[in-house]
Amino acid sequence: MMYYSRLRLLGVAGICLIGVLLCLPNFLRSPAPSLPWRQIHLGLDLRGGSYLLLQLDLKSLEHDRLQSLQDQARQTLLDRSLGYRDFARDDATASLSFMPRSDAERDAALKAMQSLPPVVPNEFTTSEKDGRIVLTLQHDAMLARAREAVAQSIEIVRRRIDATGAIDPSIAREGDDRIVVELPGVSDPERIKSLLGTTARLTFRLLAPNPSVASPGSTMLEDESVHTQVAVQDHVDVDGTDLTNAGAVIDQQSGGWAVTFQLNSAGATAFANVTRANVGKRFAIVLDNKVIEAPNIISPITAGNGQITGGFDARSASDLALLLRAGALPAPLSVVEQRTIGPSLGAASIHAGIISLLTGLLLVIVFMVLFYGRFGLYADIALFANLILMVAILSLFQATLTLPGMAGMLLTLGMAVDANILINERIREEVKRGRGPLQALQAGFDRATGTIIDSNATAFLAHVMLFVFGTGPVRNFALTITIGIVTTLFTTLLLSRLLVVRWYALARPKELPV
Amino acid sequence: MLSRPLFRFVRDDRRINFMRGRHMGLIVSAVLSIASVILFFQPGLKLGLDFRGGIIVEAQTPGPADFGKLRAALDHAGIHPDAVQAFGSPRDVRISINAPEGADREAQTQKLVDGVKSAISAAEPGTQVLRADAVGASVSSELFRDGLLALGFSLAMILIYVWVRFEREFAISAVVTLILDLTKTVGFLAITRFEFDLVMVAALLTILGYSTNDKVVVYDRIRENLRKYRTMPLRELLDLSINETLNRTLGTSMTVFLAALPLALFGGSTLTGFATVMLFGIVVGTSSSIFIAAPLLLLMGEKRLRKETDAG
Repeated sequence: MMYYSRLRLLGVAGICLIGVLLCLPNFLRSPAPSLPWRQIHLGLDLRGGSYLLLQLDLKSLEHDRLQSLQDQARQTLLDRSLGYRDFARDDATASLSFMPRSDAERDAALKAMQSLPPVVPNEFTTSEKDGRIVLTLQHDAMLARAREAVAQSIEIVRRRIDATGAIDPSIAREGDDRIVVELPGVSDPERIKSLLGTTARLTFRLLAPNPSVASPGSTMLEDESVHTQVAVQDHVDVDGTDLTNAGAVIDQQSGGWAVTFQLNSAGATAFANVTRANVGKRFAIVLDNKVIEAPNIISPITAGNGQITGGFDARSASDLALLLRAGALPAPLSVVEQRTIGPSLGAASIHAGIISLLTGLLLVIVFMVLFYGRFGLYADIALFANLILMVAILSLFQATLTLPGMAGMLLTLGMAVDANILINERIREEVKRGRGPLQALQAGFDRATGTIIDSNATAFLAHVMLFVFGTGPVRNFALTITIGIVTTLFTTLLLSRLLVVRWYALARPKELPV
Repeated sequence: MLSRPLFRFVRDDRRINFMRGRHMGLIVSAVLSIASVILFFQPGLKLGLDFRGGIIVEAQTPGPADFGKLRAALDHAGIHPDAVQAFGSPRDVRISINAPEGADREAQTQKLVDGVKSAISAAEPGTQVLRADAVGASVSSELFRDGLLALGFSLAMILIYVWVRFEREFAISAVVTLILDLTKTVGFLAITRFEFDLVMVAALLTILGYSTNDKVVVYDRIRENLRKYRTMPLRELLDLSINETLNRTLGTSMTVFLAALPLALFGGSTLTGFATVMLFGIVVGTSSSIFIAAPLLLLMGEKRLRKETDAG
C-alpha cells in the first residue's frame, strides 16, 4: 500500500481544500447575502451575555385546568337544571367530584359530564363512586398538554424577548419542562427575567356579592390599588386571550400612565353582555391572581376596548402592554439557573484561549521536529490540516465554541500527533530489524494503524458519554474532542501517510530519517 | 536537522529492569490511592457552583477593592455571603453564597443574585460585574448526577471496549489501573482544593481516555510479544515490552503535556484548575502505564495469559 492512486491523492487534497474553504467565512465578510456563509458562533463565555434556564410550573397547569373544568361542569349542570351539592376539587388526585341532587338525576348528570368538551383527546374520565360523580384528569393527556404548554411558552418567551430588542437570542426546549434562553450581549438580565417571570394572565371577573369574605365560588385576592383583600368570583367573564392589542398611554384625566386594550369580537360581545347586566357592580381586572383595580361599572361597554389605570409609571405601563400583546404564558415560568458573563471577562477569555492555543501548538510543533525530524515536520503539517478541518466542521454545523471547547481543540492537537509518534517508532523498529526503507514504511504504517484506532476509539467513547450527559460549555468540550478524533484519524492515517509516501517516491532515500 | 531526529528520551537498546521494582510500584500506588480515598471522604472535595448550587458574583471595582465597605453594604441589604474574597488583581472581588434553605429556595437563589449586584454597585459606583451565576438546588443536584453518570458510563464503555479487543486478563488489569489513576487524581483534587464541577468531570474523563490510550500501546506490544516469543518467561517478556514501547509512552505523554501546559498557565480561572488536574493525570497515567499496568498482568498469571492469547 505504498502507492497512492491518483484518485486517492485528489480525494485527500480535495478534502483539505474544502476544509480551507469552509474556514474562510470565519475570517471574511460575506461578499453576497445569497452565499451560504456558515460561521462558528462564539459561546456566551467568550462573547459575554446571559444564560437563563426556565422551568414551567406544570402543577399549576393542572390546577388551572381543574379549576376551569369545575367551572364548565357547574355551568353545564346549571344549564340543564340539574342540582348538585358538595362540589369538591382535589389537586392531589387531579379530580373533581360532586353529589347529584337525587338518584334520579344521577344518569343525567353523568351524561352531562361526559358531554364536556376535552381540551386534548381523552383528557378526563367520568365515573361513579359511593354515589358521587367523579371526573379525573388523565396522566397521558396531561403530559400531552404539558408538551403543548412548553411549545406555547417558547413562542411567547420569544415574542417577549424580541420585543425588548435583544440581539440574536436563542430559545430552546430542554427536557420535559424547561426552556433555555441565551442572550448574547445582555449583561444585565434583570428586566428580561422579570418579563419572563410574569405569567401575564389577564382576566375580568365580577366581585363576589359580599367582597369582604370568601364564599363558595370566589377567592380572596390582593387588591393592589388599595392593598386589601377582596373576594373575586372564580368565574372568568372575559379572558386576556381575547385581547388583540394593548398599548401604554397617558391617561387624559389623571395625567398618569395607563394601559389601553382592544378585544376581539368574541371578547367584545362577552364584555358588553357582562357590563350591561351588571351596571353599578364592581368589575375586577385581575393580573396573575392580583387585582390591579376593581372599578364600578358605570355604563355598558360595548366597543370592546378599555383602559387599565393602576398606578403605573412609564416603564411598568409599557412592560404590561408588551406582556399583554405577547400573550399569557400557559403556566408560570421560574428561573432555576442563570449565568451572566460580562463583556470584559468574555474578551479576556478569548484572549486566554487564543494565547494558550498558539503556545500549545508551537510547543507541540517544536517537540515533533526535534524528536522526529522530517517525519515530525510532516506530522506538523498534518496537525495544521487537523486544526483547519476541526474549524471547518464546526463552521459547517454552525456550532458554538466555548472556552472549554478551545481547550478541547488544543488537547486534540496534542493527542493527534500521538498517532504519528506510534507510526514513527514502529518504522524505526522495523529499520533496526534490518528491513529496507520501503518495507519498513509499509510495516510501520500497517502495524500502527490498529493501535491508533484502538486508542482513539476509547477516547471517542469516553467523550460521547460526556456529550450525552454534559451540559453547556462541557458539552462543547466533548463535541470538539469528538470531532477532533474523527479529523485526527483522517490527517494521520491518510494525510501524513500521503506526505511520507510522496516524499519517498520523489527522494528515493537509501536511509529513512527515523 | 530533518535527516535524523535530534533527541530521544531513551536509547533504543536500553533495557531497564522495571519488573524488579514491581512490588514497590504496586505498594506505592495502592497506598497513594487509599490515601486519596480517605481524602475524598475527609476533608472531601470542594464542590463547584455547578454541583453545590448557590451564587457567585465576580466584580471589578474601579479602584482597589474595599472589602469592609462591600461586606457592610451586603450586610445592609440583608445578604450574608459565605465568602467575600480577592482573586486575580486587587480590584477583583468574588462573592459566593451557598444555596439558601427553605421551601422558596429556588426563587430566593435567583433573587439574591440581583440583590448582590445592586448592593455592590451602590457601594462602589462604577463597579463592573464580570460574572454572575446562580444555580438552583434542583439543577445542581441534576448536574451532579449527570456528571457521575458520565464518569460511570465512560468507565464501563472503556471496560467493554478493552474486553472485546483484548483478553479478559488485559481488560481487568487495564480497568484496575484506570481506577488507581482516577482515585489519585481525585485525591489531588481534594488536596489542591480545586473546585469539583462539570469542567473537572471533563478533565477526569479526558485523563481516563488518554490513560487508556497509553495502556493500549503497552498491551498491544505485550500481546504481540506473547505470540512472538513463546518460551520467554513472562517477567522478562513484560520488561522487554515496556522497554520497547518506552519512547512511545514518554513521547505521546509529552505532546499532551505540552498542549495542556499553556492552558494551566494562561487559561484563566475557568481552565487553570482543569489543566492542572490534566497535567497531574498525565504524569500519573504515564507512570502507571510503565509501573502498574504490566506488573498487574504478571499477578494474573502466565499460564492463563498465554492460553488466552493463543486462543485469540
